[in-house]
Amino acid sequence: MNMTFIISLLEGLWGTVVLSVLTFIFGGLAGFLIALARISPVAALSKGTAVYIEIMQGLPLLVLMGLCFYGPGIFGYDSLTPLQAATFALTLYSSAYLGEIWRGCLQSVARPQWEAAECLGLSRWQRMKTVILPQALRIATPPTVGFMVQIVKNTSVASLVVGYAELSYNAKIINNSTFQPFLYFGIAALMYFAICYPLSVQSRALERKLNVANR
Amino acid sequence: MSPIVELKDVRKSFGALEILKGVTFGVNKGEVAAIIGQSGSGKSTALRCMDRLETIQGGSMVICGHRLQDSNIDLKALRRDVGIVFQSYNLFPHLTVAENVMLAPRLVKGIARAEARTIAEAVIAKVGLREKMDFYPEQLSGGQQQRVAIARSLAMEPKLMLFDEVTSALDPQLTGEVLRVMEQLAADGMTMILVTHEMGFARKVADKVIYMKDGKVHEMGSSDILRSPSTPELADFISEAAEH
Repeated sequence: MNMTFIISLLEGLWGTVVLSVLTFIFGGLAGFLIALARISPVAALSKGTAVYIEIMQGLPLLVLMGLCFYGPGIFGYDSLTPLQAATFALTLYSSAYLGEIWRGCLQSVARPQWEAAECLGLSRWQRMKTVILPQALRIATPPTVGFMVQIVKNTSVASLVVGYAELSYNAKIINNSTFQPFLYFGIAALMYFAICYPLSVQSRALERKLNVANR
Repeated sequence: MSPIVELKDVRKSFGALEILKGVTFGVNKGEVAAIIGQSGSGKSTALRCMDRLETIQGGSMVICGHRLQDSNIDLKALRRDVGIVFQSYNLFPHLTVAENVMLAPRLVKGIARAEARTIAEAVIAKVGLREKMDFYPEQLSGGQQQRVAIARSLAMEPKLMLFDEVTSALDPQLTGEVLRVMEQLAADGMTMILVTHEMGFARKVADKVIYMKDGKVHEMGSSDILRSPSTPELADFISEAAEH
């Protein structure tokens, strides 16, 4: 085992964390807007986002990644870095899933809560902000943390297309020169597990805690 | 006396199913009107239309001067004038009793927090729950939750209060404490319309009793019609209700 390779894997791990965090920020923001649009009374907004979600959920992430990396170049726009392309593809992908998860959470807040707030004269946005969102947040936390684990693992897809130096990509490069796939992919696997396992545990703990609160 | 609620030939359908088939009645300021009738007679739908939770498709409905058949109606103004209390309380579970009550005065009327708290204290005391100000709804009994729901509406100083079967989810003991609060409101001169199964309460408090059947007003009059109904249908309904 060579120290240089371990450092390279740790750098890859950092690349994975950066890509995951960026995806979660942008995918989360876009997903939130999509969730709101999905339950909007404006038909064009709810139908439009429904189509968007269908398309994104119907595409393999690998294909999406390829489109985002090679696509801009075809249209003469080639200044997209691998990190930008990977973030863009993962944002498209995760916004569709998070949007759908959060739409379900918003709608699972009982309809009478909307009506009670409406009858008190609260505007649509006031109802959303003070009555619906705080309740939906409690419901949304466990599935959201669960999806974060998916995102961390799915960043590895970026290594196949866009050549962004994240954990899987660096493991692959090291294997190409050492021919010790089990060792270095094994270490990479442990590193993924070290990030994902605490998130999963956290998700289960939250689920238990929130279930007690809701009874 | 001027009517503050006026329904004329109100019609409402859900798809092909006509629920209200031409409902006409009026309620004057300060009056207590009880709407009674079997399940499916349209009484709850009529009440929900009055706060425009449902839109009407025919006829006219004027509530506190707001014409509900108009498409450009000022809903915010309507809901300042009208308070509604539901069967299932619908308190906001993530807010305390005081916060539930303060929410609308603060957001809709723009009243400062301290002043809103004073208003909340007054209305919560009125329903007899002053010591529960900082409790969460799940810590209260059903009857207490319903009284908080009444206080929450009162905090907006409505001109008209609507009650949609507010005691149907409560056992008899808790029903009593909610009815006493409503009786006090009636005595204070609040205009109230209640959809109810509590015949005894209707007899005691209502100035006007409206018996609905199959989407229409079948018989209407003072609470005397509960003692001496003039239609056989209302007589049947009363004797059936007495058996329960």
